[in-house]
Amino acid sequence: MPTLREIFLPLSGFLIFILAWHGVAALGLYSDYLFPPPLAVAQGIVELLRGGELWDYTRTSLLRFAAGYGAAVFVAVPLGLLLGRCTLLWHALDPLIQILRPVSPIAWFPLVSLWFGIGNLPAVVIIFIAAFYPVLLSTVAAVRNVSAVYLKVAANFGASRRDVLWNVIVPAAFPQIAVGLHIAIGAAWIFLVAGEMLGVRSGLGYLIIDSRNNLRTDLVMVGIVLIGLLGLVIDRLVSFGEKWVKRQWEMP
Amino acid sequence: MNGRETAKIRLDGVGKRFRAKGDGETALSRVDLEIAAGELICLVGPSGCGKTTLINLLAGFERPSEGILEIDGRAVTGPDPDHIMIFQDYGLFPWKTVLNNVLFGLRARGVPKAEAREKALDALELVGLRVAADRHPHELSGGMKQRVAIARALAVEPSVLFMDEPFAALDAFTRIHLQDELLRIWKEKRTTIVFVTHDLDEAIYLGQRVVLMAPYPGRIQRILHIRLPEPRERTGEDFARIRRELFEEFHLVHKQAQDVSEYSI
Ligand SMILES: Nc1ncnc2c1ncn2[C@@H]1O[C@H](COP(=O)(O)OP(=O)(O)OP(=O)(O)O)[C@@H](O)[C@H]1O
Ligand SMILES: [Mg+2]
Repeated sequence: MPTLREIFLPLSGFLIFILAWHGVAALGLYSDYLFPPPLAVAQGIVELLRGGELWDYTRTSLLRFAAGYGAAVFVAVPLGLLLGRCTLLWHALDPLIQILRPVSPIAWFPLVSLWFGIGNLPAVVIIFIAAFYPVLLSTVAAVRNVSAVYLKVAANFGASRRDVLWNVIVPAAFPQIAVGLHIAIGAAWIFLVAGEMLGVRSGLGYLIIDSRNNLRTDLVMVGIVLIGLLGLVIDRLVSFGEKWVKRQWEMP
Repeated sequence: MNGRETAKIRLDGVGKRFRAKGDGETALSRVDLEIAAGELICLVGPSGCGKTTLINLLAGFERPSEGILEIDGRAVTGPDPDHIMIFQDYGLFPWKTVLNNVLFGLRARGVPKAEAREKALDALELVGLRVAADRHPHELSGGMKQRVAIARALAVEPSVLFMDEPFAALDAFTRIHLQDELLRIWKEKRTTIVFVTHDLDEAIYLGQRVVLMAPYPGRIQRILHIRLPEPRERTGEDFARIRRELFEEFHLVHKQAQDVSEYSI
């Protein structure tokens, strides 16, 4: 039964989708240019594979993503630990963060491109902004949620501040921080494309924009399919990593 | 004067108000009490009479609003590794093994690794859980978890143990078993123990003295010396007599408390 649910059903979902797509395209209501059939997309993938762009663009996008996301985690987790511990500081900064958070990373783009020029950096900054708030807020919430009894026990045994942070707060908060890290992956991946549509000449987002300018809608579709697939793979890898870390911590 | 010098723990006119709207609620009012070194003393009373507040003050988690509170002749100013609190919900770290939980207190005090390990295993031996050293808390029953918490406390060799309804979440059989375990350990270590419970039988079975508290405001109603031959018989005649006596007073206190809260509504 699990193989039916886990393999057969999802596969048949894909198959039906592709058949329906093919069917609609075959009706000939729209020209192939407006509504590229699945076969044209497959040919597009082969074309890009041969030309080497597929691998190049994918690698470039993944590197930008890793840089932006990594930097966000690197800044937001320590900052979240600090703000979660210092209630006064948190109350001072919370309203500011609540105002900045709903601003789409795209809204920052004009300023980002002025400040950081063209090239990789603006795209990385956009991804950074997208990942930053979910990680920060979940870390702050996780730290503030750490059960008071753990802190009392630590204080009672005279644990140092460093001990309390590394041996109590971080492990106690970890499951909730992990949820934020996971959400941030999704948010950042969504904005990867947006970041790459502006100001760069490589990557999967650029592939989409460039193909549109060349009236190659089949390659636009290739870009969409690749972004979706990679997003799925990254999400699965993160889930896997999360489980692995939890196992090291032996949490129930 | 000389009574002061022999007391391990001394409370003199201790009061606690929590800042609430208006003038604030008086959780404890003018508590005088002296506890001798090596004594096992039980606090009982209806809900809201300030048992937790009192034990939190003693353990240094809260500051008194008034009065003097001393342990070993020094004012209590904060938590102290020599006075360990044991909580009803155990307070074990779920991400650490049983052994590492017990090691936590020792390592926090800077005990070298090898020595700490030995002490931790000894403490687990004392509560009969050495075999569970490598398990995680979620693999243990409630009674076992509380024994680990006791081992963690005993490992740092505190002179005082504070216990706030430590067995209240356990089933009756486990509770009776742990009461006997606690008595055995106490007789071996002679640690001063302040034990909060709402179970009169438990208080009479364990305590050398039982402090009955009353609410609105939280205060000491009566202190009973339990003079029963050891080992105590839970089903004995004298036990029943003391329970009846305490129960009547408890009932009275409870009834007064209800009357007060009805008036105040
Ligand atoms: N942090 C707090 N802030 C305000 N009021 C408090 C606080 N802690 C306790 N109180 C009040 O102080 C009084 C005594 O509470 P306490 O928890 O000490 O009672 P208790 O005897 O331990 O009760 P229980 O048997 O239910 O555990 C109660 O009226 C309670 O509402
Ligand atoms: Mg209580």
